[in-house]
Amino acid sequence: MNQASSNAGIPSPNSQGPTPSSLSWRFLRVWQRNWDVYIKTWKINFLPPLLEPFFYLLAFGAGLGYLVGQLTFAGKLISYSAFIAPGLLAINIMQNAFFENTYASYVRMYYQKTFDAIMATPLTVEEIILGEIFWGASRSLMATALMMLILSFFGLLTYPWALGILPIALLGGLAFGAVGMCFTALMPNIETFNLPVFLFITPMFLFSGTFFPLEQLPLWAKILAGFFPLTHVVELTRALALDTLTLFNLGNLFYLLIFTLIALPLALRLMVRRLIH
Amino acid sequence: MPSFPVVQADKISKRFNHLTAVDQISFEIHSGECFGFLGPNGAGKTSTIRMIYGFSPLSGGRLLVFGQDIKNHLREIKARIGVCQQENNLDPDLTVWENLLVYARYFNLPAQTAKERAEAWLDFMGLSHKKQAPIPELSGGLMRRLVIARALIHNPELLILDEPTTGLDPQSRHQVWEQLWQLKARGLCILLTTHYMDEAEQICDRLVIMDQGRILVEGVPGFLIKEHIGGNVIEVENPSRRLIDFLKASQVHFEHLLHRLVVHTREGEKLFSRISGDFCESGCTLRMATLEDVFLKFTGRGLRE
Repeated sequence: MNQASSNAGIPSPNSQGPTPSSLSWRFLRVWQRNWDVYIKTWKINFLPPLLEPFFYLLAFGAGLGYLVGQLTFAGKLISYSAFIAPGLLAINIMQNAFFENTYASYVRMYYQKTFDAIMATPLTVEEIILGEIFWGASRSLMATALMMLILSFFGLLTYPWALGILPIALLGGLAFGAVGMCFTALMPNIETFNLPVFLFITPMFLFSGTFFPLEQLPLWAKILAGFFPLTHVVELTRALALDTLTLFNLGNLFYLLIFTLIALPLALRLMVRRLIH
Repeated sequence: MPSFPVVQADKISKRFNHLTAVDQISFEIHSGECFGFLGPNGAGKTSTIRMIYGFSPLSGGRLLVFGQDIKNHLREIKARIGVCQQENNLDPDLTVWENLLVYARYFNLPAQTAKERAEAWLDFMGLSHKKQAPIPELSGGLMRRLVIARALIHNPELLILDEPTTGLDPQSRHQVWEQLWQLKARGLCILLTTHYMDEAEQICDRLVIMDQGRILVEGVPGFLIKEHIGGNVIEVENPSRRLIDFLKASQVHFEHLLHRLVVHTREGEKLFSRISGDFCESGCTLRMATLEDVFLKFTGRGLRE
């Protein structure tokens, strides 16, 4: 293999400008790597989003729903199962991206040195992290689609509006993945992730209007819940699932967009600070 | 083939807070040569090559790779170099074969080209029989060969190896050397760090010895030995007072260690027959001078870290 043929297939090194930007579509290569690994064990990976709704609907829908009965939401009388189903989807969006970009990304970065290996290729740290966050969001999206399949069997989603939950899953996944990646950039070791899970994920899981309407909370708690990104994801998924979309939901969408536009660049910056010495 | 500079470093430095890891060093590496960085732990070898493969921004100086400034051509430069880092960073979630194909994608190689290259490099590194093996099942030597195969997947013009044989058994080390020789014979420019003197002596055309962030000496291994040590080394166990007096009287330079005396000499046999005949009480040896003698002369015998 001589020099002349050695670069066949690689774009000429001079095809880029003198100062290549730190972000390009190459981030998709990292996404592809994660997809390849994911699809190898797809049977295991597909199981949680398919089984989880059964567990929750059994415990909360049939169990707790027996006590709750029906409730009024946006002027409609609905079953408790129909109320929590979009909440389950929202939680699922949060958890898939957040856990992917905390524990899983941390393992790839710290234990497997996967990022180090990729940094020696034309990819930049920013592209690696962006690819990871998009991967986290994709996991949210895939899990949401699978979960929607099950919830649809129970007749808990109203179509075609419910299809709008898919782009929300991607956006929400980016938001929670980016937050997770910020923690990954800051955590000294993997055990420390218990802290953001306990202080960030658990309160949101419980107090974002997932299992009961926020109106029942005192004012201060309602205001606090308004800052949780999950609250806005829940409001969007619920409005889409129950066909109760109003203009107020634009506010939810706006909040999520702003949140993502802050968290994502912050995650890239923090990771550059962590990895480049 | 005319040689041209592949790496040109002009007073490059790397500082971490209060520590100066690399202190204004300059060197040039030419196409087709194998260049070595030698030095004790913490000498600044890894910091230096991390700057060359773009992991570590320079604190000072100017660094050109393939004639381009690393500051604003990093992506193009990285597309033309292959890197084997010190720590094994093969992807444990993928098989041997997948490791190569996934890595090729980072360089934008078309799938078909990647498969052909992966096949060829696996064959070259003697790994074809392990194609479908999961990474955790590979031995240290096989992993290192796979790391090298992976670094070659895009046919780089410069191969950077950070301690390529550390931790390998003698058989694996020799196999890696054999493969590096072959790569060198194909005209690949190789840059490596090592603290194995025999490795440097075997593979490197030219090398520098570093300590405390500075280059102490630079040259061709054979010449360095001749110039700084001479031809032979005489070692005497438990030297007597008489011997020391004799050496002092005949103005021969020697090094006196705890239970051993080391003499660097250009007239080995004459001096050796005198020493072994008249002064040798427990053991005397005459051996060829090695790079290790040069290394110890420049970096001292004190322990690091």
